[in-house]
Amino acid sequence: MSRGTLIDLLYLISATTFILALKGLGSPKRARLGNGVAAVGMLIAIVATFFKQVDGHNLYHVWLILVAMAVGVVIAVPTARYVRMTAMPQLVAIFNGVGGGAASLVSITEFVHIHSTHPATYVTLEVLLGVLIGTVSFSGSAIAYAKLQELMTGRPVTYPGQQVINGILGAVGLVLIVIILVSGQTALLWVLLALSFVLGIAFVLPIGGADVPVLISLLNSFTGLAVAASGFTLGSNLLIVAGTLVGASGILLTRLMSKAMGRSLSNVLFSAFGSVITASGGAGADARPVRSGAPEDAGVLLSFASRVAIIPGYGLAVAQAQHVLRELAEELEAKGIEVFYAIHPVAGRMPGHMNVLLAEANVPYEQLKELDEANSELQTADVALVVGANDTVNPAAKDDRSSPIYGMPIINADLAENVLFLKRSMRPGFAGIENELLYNPKTTLIFGDAKDTLTKIVAAVKAS
Amino acid sequence: MGNALLQYATVLMLTIFVGIEIIAKVPSILHTPLMSGSNAIHGVILVGAMLVLGSANTTLETVLGFLAVILATLNVVGGFVVTDRMLEMFKAKPKTPAAKNDEVAS
Repeated sequence: MSRGTLIDLLYLISATTFILALKGLGSPKRARLGNGVAAVGMLIAIVATFFKQVDGHNLYHVWLILVAMAVGVVIAVPTARYVRMTAMPQLVAIFNGVGGGAASLVSITEFVHIHSTHPATYVTLEVLLGVLIGTVSFSGSAIAYAKLQELMTGRPVTYPGQQVINGILGAVGLVLIVIILVSGQTALLWVLLALSFVLGIAFVLPIGGADVPVLISLLNSFTGLAVAASGFTLGSNLLIVAGTLVGASGILLTRLMSKAMGRSLSNVLFSAFGSVITASGGAGADARPVRSGAPEDAGVLLSFASRVAIIPGYGLAVAQAQHVLRELAEELEAKGIEVFYAIHPVAGRMPGHMNVLLAEANVPYEQLKELDEANSELQTADVALVVGANDTVNPAAKDDRSSPIYGMPIINADLAENVLFLKRSMRPGFAGIENELLYNPKTTLIFGDAKDTLTKIVAAVKAS
Repeated sequence: MGNALLQYATVLMLTIFVGIEIIAKVPSILHTPLMSGSNAIHGVILVGAMLVLGSANTTLETVLGFLAVILATLNVVGGFVVTDRMLEMFKAKPKTPAAKNDEVAS
């Protein structure tokens, strides 16, 4: 077997591990194993590549490759290890963005490399598509990162004629590709690069913070497609398989995510969700009465309950209050009170994010109930304790046809006998929508920092 | 249009179906790890980045290729480490009083 065939065989093994890994990631038991399998497959592919011959010679610049890899590892490992779990969505965004950037650079470099040999039209097309998609993913992810990291406003950024302008930008990109293909003016490649960069930014600006996770999933899928395009240019089956796998599964995953929010993908991407509603909701809200209480009242109420449902949201994680919450649950259980957590599929900033955050705080997996189960159990709960959640318990999703979240499945906190709503202020939630549950006669509001309030409640429960 | 292109197109088509089929039934709690895991997998662009840097003849190619290898390494390494960290949380831990002391310092 020649060296080239052996390397191709190793690439085949590597591609197979990627498929097995994605399959594994779909089941709770094998997910971690699946990720490990993919990492091994990746290592095999990378080591094999060092022995590959290109243009009839061994790889040049092996030391440069090793130095660049070392730089990457030195930056990536500490970042990935030590960033807080609450910041995980933006971390995924940034790692996705650099992947898109890499795909774009690979396409450009290969084009610079081969363009003196007058490559076939389809090769040029693959390069151009790789540059367009990869760069959009890069700059789009950068804006997504900035929104989630709150370096800029999480609200949709809109201006008149926005969708028209974006449409024109996209159309100009396509026309540019055709011109380059027909005229062979390769200098225009750099114009396409710049245009794609702007397009990525313009595409992401009108998308509100609450929808950014869906967007990251879509951009993840884009990066996969850009990698597949590079695979065509380089003639690599491995890149085509891995890129297409991510591209295809990513689009499906994106649709599943928007479905979990009860919205269509185009509604998520183009409706500038959450930009208008605050203006109308804010004015009337101040005057309406709410019932508020002290943490001690909450402690007493909880102590005399027999079933308590905890409904956590992102605010819990922001306040780093998961551990105190678990402590409270343990105190209640010690008193013989049954406790369960009602987890909305999009609680947190990403589907499944809340499960990760609670697992980090050692909350037993069996106490986590998914939406449907949680809603049927809530009917028999004495107290629903809402901590840091807002939009996921907003009844407007059920009753108010004009509400932008109408149709989103919610956790019916109001089914419980009493609702304790822990809240920092009367400010609307992430999606910027007024919440009727706050004015429900069953509801007692407890204002303050979640961690602080929970600590006081724990003390009150211990005392009573 | 060469035979090679047709072969790549075949691989592309089949992989699309595999990609859709494989994640059809994923519980929503695993959506985030799945996204993160597939994010790591497209880091395979590192192989492409190595190939373009390894065949670079001009300074421009070398610089672009060098940047591509850095970015792709970030994608691969960061992607796998973050995913592993997420999935680590899912493993069943024994409920012990010692677990109370692991409060995140903040």
